Amino acid sequence: MNKMLLEVNNLKLYFRTKKGPVQAVDDVSFKLERGKTLAVVGESGCGKTSLSKAILRLLPRNIMEYSGEIILDGEDIMKYPEDRFRREIRWKKIAMVPQAAMNSLNPVLRILDQIIEPLLIHNRDMNRDQGLARVKEMFRIVGLPEDFLYRYPFELSGGMRQRATIAMALVTNPELVILDEPSSALDLLTQANLMNVLKRIKHEFGTTFILITHDIGTASELADEIAVMYAGEMVEKCHAEYFYTDARHPYSRKLMSSVPTLREDKELVFIPGQPPSLINPPTGCRFAERCDKRFAKCSEHPPTFDLEHDQQVQCWLYTDREEVKHA
Amino acid sequence: MPDLAVDMRETLQNAERVPVLKAVDLHTWFEIRKFGFFKAGDVRALDGVDFELYQGETVSIVGESGCGKSTLARTILGLHRPTKGKLFFNGKDMAEFTKEDMKAYRASVGYIQQDPYGALPPFMTVKKILEEPLLINGVTDKNERQKRIQSVLEEVKLSPIEDFLPKFPHMLSGGQQQRLVIARAMILQPKMLVADEPVSMLDASVRVEILQLLRSLQEKHNLVIIYITHDLSTVRYFSERIFTMYGARIVEKAATASLLANPLHPYTQALFKATSDPDAANLKTFKEVPTGEPPSLMNPPKGCRFHPRCAKIIKGKCDRFEPPEFHIGDDQSVFCWLYEDQGKQ
Ligand SMILES: Nc1ncnc2c1ncn2[C@@H]1O[C@H](COP(=O)(O)OP(=O)(O)OP(=O)(O)O)[C@@H](O)[C@H]1O
Ligand SMILES: Nc1ncnc2c1ncn2[C@@H]1O[C@H](COP(=O)(O)OP(=O)(O)OP(=O)(O)O)[C@@H](O)[C@H]1O
Ligand code: SF4
Ligand SMILES: [Mg+2]
Ligand SMILES: [Mg+2]
Repeated sequence: MNKMLLEVNNLKLYFRTKKGPVQAVDDVSFKLERGKTLAVVGESGCGKTSLSKAILRLLPRNIMEYSGEIILDGEDIMKYPEDRFRREIRWKKIAMVPQAAMNSLNPVLRILDQIIEPLLIHNRDMNRDQGLARVKEMFRIVGLPEDFLYRYPFELSGGMRQRATIAMALVTNPELVILDEPSSALDLLTQANLMNVLKRIKHEFGTTFILITHDIGTASELADEIAVMYAGEMVEKCHAEYFYTDARHPYSRKLMSSVPTLREDKELVFIPGQPPSLINPPTGCRFAERCDKRFAKCSEHPPTFDLEHDQQVQCWLYTDREEVKHA
Repeated sequence: MPDLAVDMRETLQNAERVPVLKAVDLHTWFEIRKFGFFKAGDVRALDGVDFELYQGETVSIVGESGCGKSTLARTILGLHRPTKGKLFFNGKDMAEFTKEDMKAYRASVGYIQQDPYGALPPFMTVKKILEEPLLINGVTDKNERQKRIQSVLEEVKLSPIEDFLPKFPHMLSGGQQQRLVIARAMILQPKMLVADEPVSMLDASVRVEILQLLRSLQEKHNLVIIYITHDLSTVRYFSERIFTMYGARIVEKAATASLLANPLHPYTQALFKATSDPDAANLKTFKEVPTGEPPSLMNPPKGCRFHPRCAKIIKGKCDRFEPPEFHIGDDQSVFCWLYEDQGKQ
């Protein structure tokens, strides 16, 4: 068993559109240890969902480029043909709770049927009774009463439906679970409840999570590491404990100073301007136009530098540090 | 024992300041019919709230989904007729408004809806969107309309103006769309803005930008702003007072600083505990969350509506009798039996 569960190198996902290629995921590299949670944060449209789709190979038709390495437990799963990927990886080793999942349940099927079917498909040697026992176990873990299994989605509140989709993602006992904005549509109390549930799963089963969110406060409940995306690129990755107080990329710092806090009074600032289009983005640093630290060098594309505490930053301010080279 | 000095002061203050808006025992119920014919009951979406709002203040309304925040907003806007109770605008009973009064009232209250994407008509340009309310409200002079559109776009910082005028909503970013919604709410030069979750769909940075914009408009025009949100962490930066709603009622009213320093109602306290500030220490602790679900508004619980979820419940009291309003200090009040001995009713 590798300590490193996931290693992504130079991952690209470009979409074809009439106006030109959309560089939604552009040369993204990162590593994730088993049992840890990586939160991916960044503005709307920066490529968070595209990153998760690229990892799970859930691709739309208009793909223009899809390349790089995705090494899961030592094996490059990018090299797997589709039928092997479907049999061994998707939902079995990597599962996902998609954005707005609570509205994605099939309205005419009982919750039980929606959860047990994929389980039985992926575990041929499991009979229905064993499957049912496993589903019930998942319901207990996410904190849903058993009799809800026999209900239809519309009979559940939003928070309960969201927990059902998490049970669905976990039922095959995957090693990696990608959660795309799992709580942003939920109430404060329901949200807090859900974070408790995820935390318990993380502690009890050692599940590895990628948590996609734009809510950094909520992310801090679960995240061991934070990755910041900006305009299709991963511009910073660092341990959570350093990120909130000592992020290094100018965008990350600005992002943090726009987050309101309940317990502490601080001056909120916003980042003027807008992120660039992902069609023909600037060739230099993509944040340059909005960056108050910009200097001549920034018109070239910055490499990623390694800072202390295992912090990686794609920014020219850190040229005195060692450059990170990927495979 | 009644405190005479405080009472005197209040009387004096109130004599000087007529509230812009005053609600007395306000109820808005929705009838639910079975088979389109039999009455199955009422959703008591707003079930008895009282408050006064004064010129130049921002009041935040916080509470869980479905607790009646939008219903309160829409009732204030005159989009729902109260089932019971009264609303007074500048001292005048709105039930006695003539058609003209109502039209003038609507023009003096700007509305920023919950969802910016659904709020804008997709086939109208920015110019048309802003011109329409002016035409409806009888601004017949073309130059005057142009001038007002120009100045409102400057105020919300959609510039260069000429670039924006011919654009359709889908050509704008989320933040720009929301600024357009605010421009439309401001174009008739209202006295009051009702902002229903104006930033909940936006990114953190854009959120700050929009809230600061609203703040500056308020200061410049001395507006009353009703800011509805479920995000407690934004209120400290934005409002003078906070009302907490639970189960179609207001359960706590307080000056922002007092509420932040000392939330009184067990439900407000629960909201506080559930809110996460970015902090690595959060990894190591579980959140304290009240069990159960929000109450049914068709059949609300007896006594205090929070009692089935409340950890501090006084059995035999909270589950039987509705708590009245207890005043604590100068600028805070709470509907909760725990404060019976400390507060004055
Ligand atoms: N199938 C597609 N074809 C063309 N462009 C696409 C496609 N899917 C996504 N995009 C674009 O790729 C970019 C990244 O989208 P993505 O959904 O990954 O963003 P996100 O970070 O998840 O945003 P949000 O926070 O709003 O969910 C956006 O500009 C989006 O419009
Ligand atoms: N026109 C209507 N007919 C029937 N019921 C309604 C109507 N409008 C609202 N309700 C119900 O009234 C209650 C309060 O709804 P309201 O929209 O005011 O809540 P809210 O606090 O704004 O919630 P959210 O935070 O989700 O926007 C809910 O139970 C809702 O389903
Ligand atoms: S009145 Fe009672 S049940 Fe209601 S919040 Fe106060 S202590 Fe809890
Ligand atoms: Mg997304
Ligand atoms: Mg609402």
